[in-house]
Amino acid sequence: MKSFEVVRTGAATSGGQPVTPKNVPHRGGEANPSAKALQDKYASAIKRTEVIWGETVVYVDPSSVHDVIRWLHDDPSQRYDFLSDVTAVEYRDAGVPIEVVWHLRSLPYRRFLRIKAQIEKGSLLEIDSVYDIYRGADWLERECYDMFGIRFLGHPDLRRLLMWESYKEGYPLRKDFPLRGRFSRSEQLRQALAQNTEARYSMEELTIADAFVDLPPDMRERLSKGERTGE
Amino acid sequence: MSKRTIEVELSTTGLDAQGRPQRVPLVTNDGGTAVALEPPPGIEPDIEGEHMLINIGPQHPATHGVLRLVLELDGETVVRCIPHIGYLHCGFEKIGEYRQYNQIICWTDREDYLNSIGNNVTFALGAERLFGIEITERCKVLRVIACELSRIMSHLVWLGTFCIDIGAFTPFLWAFQRREEIYRLIEKWVGARLTTSATRVGGMAADIPSGWLDGLRQFNRTFPHTLDEIDRVLTRNAIWVGRTVGLGVMTPEEAVNWGLSGPMLRASGVDYDVRKDFPYLDYETYDFDVPVGTNGDVYDRYLVRFEEMRQSVRILQQAVDRLPDGPVNIDDPRIILPPKSKATSEMESMIHHFKVVMEGPRPPIGESYVANESPKGEKGYYMVSDGTAKPVRWRIRPPSFVNLAAIPKMVEGHLLSDVIAINASIDIVMGEIDR
Repeated sequence: MKSFEVVRTGAATSGGQPVTPKNVPHRGGEANPSAKALQDKYASAIKRTEVIWGETVVYVDPSSVHDVIRWLHDDPSQRYDFLSDVTAVEYRDAGVPIEVVWHLRSLPYRRFLRIKAQIEKGSLLEIDSVYDIYRGADWLERECYDMFGIRFLGHPDLRRLLMWESYKEGYPLRKDFPLRGRFSRSEQLRQALAQNTEARYSMEELTIADAFVDLPPDMRERLSKGERTGE
Repeated sequence: MSKRTIEVELSTTGLDAQGRPQRVPLVTNDGGTAVALEPPPGIEPDIEGEHMLINIGPQHPATHGVLRLVLELDGETVVRCIPHIGYLHCGFEKIGEYRQYNQIICWTDREDYLNSIGNNVTFALGAERLFGIEITERCKVLRVIACELSRIMSHLVWLGTFCIDIGAFTPFLWAFQRREEIYRLIEKWVGARLTTSATRVGGMAADIPSGWLDGLRQFNRTFPHTLDEIDRVLTRNAIWVGRTVGLGVMTPEEAVNWGLSGPMLRASGVDYDVRKDFPYLDYETYDFDVPVGTNGDVYDRYLVRFEEMRQSVRILQQAVDRLPDGPVNIDDPRIILPPKSKATSEMESMIHHFKVVMEGPRPPIGESYVANESPKGEKGYYMVSDGTAKPVRWRIRPPSFVNLAAIPKMVEGHLLSDVIAINASIDIVMGEIDR
């Protein structure tokens, strides 16, 4: 058995133990030192920095998000090695751009940073994937694509995750998506009943077992036309 | 020579090196007579090279819910694992955008239903940061008690089901017996067992009833004995060790990079606990240790979770000792409901009651991400407010979702029977993964 050294978090901080934040102001207050470092390093790519309820938010130009996160991950004075979350926010006001949000943690320095990139509503919803930096981004980005329709460029397997692959109603967490779904109940029922219950495996999975040739001809034809089955 | 193969007629030319009969298809030549071909080298399917597709779940007890794993097997060894989730998806985050903050608390019960009261606390903490509220000291200690009780509950369910998956039945009964005691305590406190909805923005739904702490003290006294018993049965058991050691190993670098959190991350040797590193609810003032594993395998995850239960008992003992008197809820009628007796007797309180229920408290414009060390890992709630009574976005950061994403990495190369042990060691709750 191989044995490992215990990785101490907060090992790079010289200060004492962290304490529960108390009486944090709504706006302002002490910003995360990484925001200043980012401002110095990527002055043109950083749009603005805010501190809301003690949490630092850095708005980054969408085209340089990957570079910024790569630097935050690699730089020895930052070391944001833990990706907490990737998600998106769409506001009720239709004129406000969609925001893609990354929550990063630096375990050695005990820092928390929120990176945001704004994508205008009319433009293509595309942004660089951070899959090559954090493997944990795999499902988080897939879920974000599934729910908001944001394409993460460079993600190797950007498929729907929670909804099934033949789901046709769009992206559920978008504000123009009605709470009860886009299709009527009768249409949803009709589609559910019309589904091929035998189509349990995706094309990729069928090729594993060389089972493609054993399928009924009509299903083989539909699969070869690119229809995705399975979930 | 035409290429038409006559499948039914086969000529056996002899035996091959392995002693199996060599069969050769007959083809017709231009004259229409059947002739045997030269025996091609790979005419018999090579059994070693043939991979098999096997499907586990979604309706299988060992998948702990409605997880579906499609496995590619080479013999009994897993070559590839493709997980499918989403069978329990019901759009919690979408519904949250149509609910007031206090109404969302009921939804947090239903996602990670083994840790419902801990989710209530996390959501209330997130909403309170969004509102800019400081809760009372008594409320803080009560919430710590709630969090640690639900951690023990969740770990007991995990331990019991993990034992059943591996083939031990007795510890399951012991664990569920003690879990029942905690459920009785919770039921006395908030009136519900599973769907607790115990917190409100700015306080708790109810203070603890009189005499409740005695029940908790009794539990603190007796529960370590159960842990000792299970420890004696399992920890040095040869079958148990044989089924768990060396499985699903994640190195510390991999574990951090894959975003694992909670016992999964600590078993790999990374000393990250939200309670210690990004404290909340004054956790820094409690004296407790964070168990850290060394090998990152299934056995270490078992050891880490086991020790966490002992540490939770330590925290509970300290919380019982320090529980101060005083109000549980904050004194702000715009946010918290007035006592029912006042609402029916005073005009002012009745107006506040009406406004809190019908309109809901309104936070200022802003956003907050509050993470809690849930039994499964870093559970975060990200809320964005545009100044109305309902959030623009309510995002759940589900720890077992991120932990489960690493299952292909952990099971590949192991045996099919080990997939069950590895899957059980992640401690998944599908309600939280699919949301």
